[in-house]
Amino acid sequence: MLLIRCPYCEEERPELEFRNGGQAHIARSTDIVQESAEAFERFFFIRDNPKGVIFERWRHIHGCGRFFNAVRDTITDKFHHTYKAGEPQPDLNELIAANEDRRMDEGRGDMPADQGPGSWANVPPDQINVAEPAADASKGDA
Amino acid sequence: MAETATAQRRTSLETRGFDAKGASLTLAPSSFRVSLRAPEASISVLEEALGLSLPRLPKTSSEEGTRAALWLGPDEWLVIDTETDPLTASRGVEALHSAVDISHRNVGIVASGAYAAEAVNGGCPQDLSPEAFPVGACSRTVLGKIEIVLWKKAENSFHIECWRSFSPYAFAFLTASARDAAA
Repeated sequence: MLLIRCPYCEEERPELEFRNGGQAHIARSTDIVQESAEAFERFFFIRDNPKGVIFERWRHIHGCGRFFNAVRDTITDKFHHTYKAGEPQPDLNELIAANEDRRMDEGRGDMPADQGPGSWANVPPDQINVAEPAADASKGDA
Repeated sequence: MAETATAQRRTSLETRGFDAKGASLTLAPSSFRVSLRAPEASISVLEEALGLSLPRLPKTSSEEGTRAALWLGPDEWLVIDTETDPLTASRGVEALHSAVDISHRNVGIVASGAYAAEAVNGGCPQDLSPEAFPVGACSRTVLGKIEIVLWKKAENSFHIECWRSFSPYAFAFLTASARDAAA
């Protein structure tokens, strides 16, 4: 089960208490009547679907009930950062640098960042499931 | 002469109970409950009217006599009182707030015993170790398929608030879980 840090409850809670709220930082037009159909379509329907880091809204629905924003990796499901609704969108490079610093502080510096279960998802399937040649392959079916 | 019909209020779980060595379940005494929402500016006035402090920190509660306030969100509290109606106290408050009587929406179940935490953990994914969930801690969370408010009233004693129509489910779930935990 994922543990998601709620910025209002100030601690990590099990994912069952949360609900995803779609892409974050989509600003509604201040003058929606004057907006073109294309611009409205972009605002209303078009969403990013990145393979990698995404900024999302989440709601701690079975907890404090608050919406907040999260930076999640869609490949590994790792939550890089969560922050309160209304706070500015954090800079991705700074976040990655901060996470790297924390990794070093926690004494995990000798473990390369691209190792561990989370990184396996970045490896193409045919490279993960390398077929080990059976010991008695020569005696196999002809 | 026509007789006046008088409605009698019955609890949804009045015949239920479960007792095993290490984990027992009982129905909490009927209480007054108020869902209280208020902005920062109104808190001190409400505290004075209600006669207890409203906790500001997540997952904390405060108690004063028979009345308790449970932090549910940054501007939301569940006020429980076993004797007097908190609404009569907050009625005169002019400061902006919302207080809704939910006394009969909720049913309280008390899980107690050495394995009470294990019994609750059968359906609740939160960390209930004494370090993470000390006495007095409270939180809205889930139990199986339903939403509950969990409140640790004492060492080895949890108060579970669920919606009335969910209470047979909650009680059946906890009974099975308590049986497993005590075994």
